[in-house]
Amino acid sequence: MKTLRLLLPLAVFLIIVAFLWVGLYRDPREVPSPLVDKPAPAFTLAQLHEPGKKLSTDDMKGQVWLLNVWASWCVSCRVEHPLLVELARANVVPVIGLNYKDRNELGKQWLAQNGDPYKISVVDADGRVGIDWGVYGVPETFVIDKNGMIRYKQIGPITTEALEQKILPLIRQLQKA
Amino acid sequence: MKRILLTSLLSAALVLPAAAFAQSDPALDARLKKLEEELRCLVCQNQSLADSSAPLAEDLRREVRGLAVQGKNDEQIKEYLVARYGDFVLYNPPVKGITWLLWFGPFVLLAGGGVIWWMVLRRRGRKGYDDDDAPPPNAKAVAAGVEKARALLDDPRA
Repeated sequence: MKTLRLLLPLAVFLIIVAFLWVGLYRDPREVPSPLVDKPAPAFTLAQLHEPGKKLSTDDMKGQVWLLNVWASWCVSCRVEHPLLVELARANVVPVIGLNYKDRNELGKQWLAQNGDPYKISVVDADGRVGIDWGVYGVPETFVIDKNGMIRYKQIGPITTEALEQKILPLIRQLQKA
Repeated sequence: MKRILLTSLLSAALVLPAAAFAQSDPALDARLKKLEEELRCLVCQNQSLADSSAPLAEDLRREVRGLAVQGKNDEQIKEYLVARYGDFVLYNPPVKGITWLLWFGPFVLLAGGGVIWWMVLRRRGRKGYDDDDAPPPNAKAVAAGVEKARALLDDPRA
């Protein structure tokens, strides 16, 4: 009984420490998306470089693809951009850009300056499609499988780590399926 | 006839834009304000959708108003947002498996505290502390002392 009385505060303390410790390594800004493993919300949007043409989610059925949400005003998009350019050069997977709440001329100018990794960029000027996809912090990147299901969501810039450990292995696995 | 038609058309043209802007319906405003206070802004996470001035919050308020004008009720609007952003948008998360600890954890802690309190009280009661009616724990020794003093005082030899 006496040892229990001594050990109990220690145990409570250790439990609190464990919770705080885990909390140190978690990003409160990262809100798990309810859309993962759900069908990707459909859109049909005008293309950035050819406004007369449209791209719809149905056009991408049958292949694994990435949707990267970007904007010329987005600072951290610059962080991940070289990785996307490299990914496009390696030609692993088609990357579609969703130009989110941007102005077309600024978006095009930004791509001309920083390189264009996108197979096609589509325009979501008022952010409606962004809301459907649960976008809240640009940049965001979605991995969509052959059946049009979202399989992964990267919130914030893609890091080398995330690309090598999660995104690329997942893409390879999905492409085999 | 032509004139009447023309006048009515012209007056309609005057009234229609006003009707389009007449969206500031106070009852709807009040309802949306109340609803938006229960929804969390995802960008500035400690503010409600009603308080936040983040661009996304503005978009979401516009979206919520649009849904309300379409005749969706509060529950349907919440479902719409939860489908896109998860339970995180709700300041009142629903009771389900994963939120069980969140909802009932405090009561479990309270009950635990109550049990400890009861145990401490019971132990004290048994030892006789804090109990005005019970004799003090050293009652026997006190009584013996009193007896001894009385014996000494009563001693005729003193």
